[in-house]
Amino acid sequence: MVYTFPKGGIHPPDTKLAAAESITTLAVPDMVYMPVSQHLGVPAKPIVARGDEVKVGAKIAEASGFVSAFIHAPVSGTVQKIDKMMCASGFYQDVIVIKTNGDVWEETINRTDEVISDISLSAEEIRTKVLENGIVGMGGATFPSHVKFIVPDGKKAEELIINGVECEPYLSSDHRLMLEKAEEIFVGIEIIKKAIGVPVAYVGIEKNKPDAIELFSTIAEKHPTITVIPLEVKYPQGGEKQLIKAVTGKEVPIGGLPIDAGSIVHNVGTVFAVYEAVQKNKPLIERVITVTGKQVLQQSNFLVRIGTPVQQLIDAAGGVPEDTGKVIAGGPMMGKTITSLNAPVTKGTSGILMMPSTESKREEMANCIRCGKCISVCCVGVEPYLLMSLAEHEMVDELQEHAVMQCIECGSCSFSCPAHRPLLDYIRLGKNIVREHTKKKK
Amino acid sequence: MFFPVIILSSIGLGAAIILFFVSKKFKVIENPLIDEVEEMLPAANCGGCGYPGCRKFAQVFVESDDVENLYCPVGGGDVMKQIAELAGKIVAVQAQKVAVVRCNGSCEHTNKQASYDGAVSCRLADSTFAGESGCSFGCFGYGDCVPVCDFDAIYIDEQTGLPVVSTENCTACGKCVDICPRDIIELRKTNKKDLKIFVSCVNKDKGALARKVCEVACIGCGKCVKACPHDAITMVDNLAYIIDDKCKLCRKCVLECPTHAIHETNFPPRKIKEEPVKKPEVAEK
Amino acid sequence: MNTSVKKIFTVSPSPHIHSEGSISAIMYGVLIALIPAFAMSLYVFGLGALVVTATAVVSCMLFEWLIQRFLIQGKLTVFDGSAALTGVLLAFNVPSSLPLWMIVVGSFVAIGIGKMSFGGLGQNPFNPALVGRVFLLMSFPVQMTQWPQPLNGDFFADAVSGATPLAFVKEGLSKGDSISDIVPQLPHMFQMLTGGIGGSLGEVSALALIIGGLYMLYKKIITWHIPVSILLTMFLFTGVLNLVDSQEYMSPFFHIFAGGAMLGAIFMATDMATSPMSPVGMLIYGVGIGVITIAIRVFGSYPEGISFAILIMNATVPIINKNVRPRVFGAKK
Repeated sequence: MVYTFPKGGIHPPDTKLAAAESITTLAVPDMVYMPVSQHLGVPAKPIVARGDEVKVGAKIAEASGFVSAFIHAPVSGTVQKIDKMMCASGFYQDVIVIKTNGDVWEETINRTDEVISDISLSAEEIRTKVLENGIVGMGGATFPSHVKFIVPDGKKAEELIINGVECEPYLSSDHRLMLEKAEEIFVGIEIIKKAIGVPVAYVGIEKNKPDAIELFSTIAEKHPTITVIPLEVKYPQGGEKQLIKAVTGKEVPIGGLPIDAGSIVHNVGTVFAVYEAVQKNKPLIERVITVTGKQVLQQSNFLVRIGTPVQQLIDAAGGVPEDTGKVIAGGPMMGKTITSLNAPVTKGTSGILMMPSTESKREEMANCIRCGKCISVCCVGVEPYLLMSLAEHEMVDELQEHAVMQCIECGSCSFSCPAHRPLLDYIRLGKNIVREHTKKKK
Repeated sequence: MFFPVIILSSIGLGAAIILFFVSKKFKVIENPLIDEVEEMLPAANCGGCGYPGCRKFAQVFVESDDVENLYCPVGGGDVMKQIAELAGKIVAVQAQKVAVVRCNGSCEHTNKQASYDGAVSCRLADSTFAGESGCSFGCFGYGDCVPVCDFDAIYIDEQTGLPVVSTENCTACGKCVDICPRDIIELRKTNKKDLKIFVSCVNKDKGALARKVCEVACIGCGKCVKACPHDAITMVDNLAYIIDDKCKLCRKCVLECPTHAIHETNFPPRKIKEEPVKKPEVAEK
Repeated sequence: MNTSVKKIFTVSPSPHIHSEGSISAIMYGVLIALIPAFAMSLYVFGLGALVVTATAVVSCMLFEWLIQRFLIQGKLTVFDGSAALTGVLLAFNVPSSLPLWMIVVGSFVAIGIGKMSFGGLGQNPFNPALVGRVFLLMSFPVQMTQWPQPLNGDFFADAVSGATPLAFVKEGLSKGDSISDIVPQLPHMFQMLTGGIGGSLGEVSALALIIGGLYMLYKKIITWHIPVSILLTMFLFTGVLNLVDSQEYMSPFFHIFAGGAMLGAIFMATDMATSPMSPVGMLIYGVGIGVITIAIRVFGSYPEGISFAILIMNATVPIINKNVRPRVFGAKK
């Protein structure tokens, strides 16, 4: 049986060009730039100063607040400065700059490849490990993971859902990780199950990754409480709420969290990071990043130290193709454009995508022809065409009435609009307007 | 022939009688002053006073005892004086204000770092990236401030890509100030000749960073603070700010600014006689 | 700073890719879907069909261009296919013997009043082709109801006027004949399906129209909701009437294959700008059209009522759109 979410969704061309390339480790960069804010929530507070020597895995910034994450040194060397620097979107952020000197790791980190499947730690200890090692959601939202390990009072976690969907076109980092680190991921799932105390786990994988489904199904035979669920290929199935609906049929209520439906969702990348943090004591200092694009010479999946400048990843993949018009951090549907290639990759960067200039300009927008495409593809059931004109005219009450805040910004409406109207742009604007308005009211 | 005439006339008569009694019965007794005050207001219904329309403002003005916070920016001091006299109240005289665009990052002063291709809206662009010039404080020039102006007092200059306020039309209602996502537009005190001096930059980055993205940015050097004889300039977060209440329009700071970030408007050209006196002063420093 | 020229990248909010779909793709898709029906009308009515269609298309595009160029002075969208489509649909709704100047007038009304006066593409509340058609029907009732009889391939023969099956039935019933008297004089059901009945250009062959509709369904230009709900409603409504008194009311099969039912249900009512946007709304709209059509056909004075039915339901679309909303994900059921 193949599952999917019932309403809306689109089928953008897959273009998973790098799916067959196995993960290669990128050389340690000469300099790393660690933004203090690479997760959702409060930025971390630097605890190193200029001139400090750090080893790989040393803590360099600490979580300041409940929804915040620790940051660790991805290389060994000297802290050169803590200064404002232009990050991916062009804004200046506080960045800890470390100049690399050798590759000396903290002694506590187990660097062997051996798969350790015995879980010796208690639930409480696992949670601490996840917090201490700076694990955040690696699917792109970068929500600090330790928060999701705690079930609020009065709620019950019925199942754990592992997100191996990777519904964004082009990206294949999760796919490669599932193929190459399957055993580790299964141990990671057992760890999370133990920490949260859920009886069963489901791994949702889209059908366009048959090799991963097959591999996982074979291993799942040894794990009676873990079920692999093949999913219909449909964007945005990787969205938390859509995935829960697809796998369990349950709906997260408006304004609620997944736990309100009894589910907890973690990305496969996060699961692997949790495994490394708990079993190997390794902080989140590396991640798999797909470097791809139609004209990229060497489609690649790199294991990269976080904080490496984007330029180095692109150089390793054969450089920026001649007529590149747009560089995107993430996938083509939800990724953010990069203005400067000196910007570092962060914990949430799942891919670097280079679009040829012919594909990077939007077409001129025309009148809305009221075809209703945007309504039929919307997976949350809002009316994008309406929200767009409401946002244009700043009609705050109507925007709220038409559930603008429910939009998950998946971009299906802008993608399918035959009149090339920037629907999502205006919905975002509408969300901003509503947010400002509620702030003012308070 | 007769019947229709009779029927129509009686319907008309009946309706008239009903209307007469209804208007007697449901008459709303309102202070006639409200009407008079409303007459005097500019009838722009812009909401600049904080109330929905001139009528509401008139009503609040007449009915409340404390009118200190009430001010019609469109009518300005004259109108306020008139309505205060009429209503027998005392209002503080507020200086006339005008909107000022505090950014000068036109194409000739900045380098293009990126080209934006999204919906034309400053507020949306603000959540997407820093700006085509790379300045994360400067004006986008996508003109969110233009349509909100009820008085056609602001437009985007095609040459510079920056908004320009027509001081004649501007009533200081503050709508453009509210809509600007980067707080670039400010209401500043003005006078009859519209003489103003202001820092045309809001970049809070350190000098080197600010200068890198824009030739005419305030680099926070502090020269103007020292030059000001009236203590009217403050320096917060690497950004100079001229307090308009204190500024005596002496124009000393304008000459000091190494990046020409301080602008003066509508002043007569400096007398040639003064120049030889002033020039050595600048050169000495 | 390094002196090399920095590459300037484009920045935009996501999404960064777009589907192949575009307005002109939709419009030309509908035009392609109309080819079978057009071929059939050529076969049935000869060159007259070509002349009428060409005149309507050219004048619709010309009027759109003139208005956009000189009156609105806005963007020119003449070649996105929508004006051409309006032209074809208008032509398909008139008899092939209509004087050409009337077609030009109809095109002017369709484009100028029906479409551009509301702000152009997508802004019009009523289907422009139907506005043009109804205007012609009201203004020139004689010419608009003189239906040339099919030539069936004999291209250059002179047209002979006659009545459409619907008009024939209506006339017969008003004279007091019963259905069983009328039916033998009507074309055979098979003939109505494949073509070869009198009527306007587009409605001669139900089969050709269905083929076009299937093509549009396959290309996802339309959904099944509107055509199916219209035809099903007409079928059920006339079916009930027929059961009540089969001597007074024609059979349901006759009603869905005769006249403009197919053309209206598949091509006219599905016009995107003037039909509801949500599936449930489409069903309501379709049922409304079906009921009004049959009401006009059976109880009204016109033999055919689908144009009026569609225009009436067009007027209700904003209300339908406003009240029929999709369920927001996670909302209480």
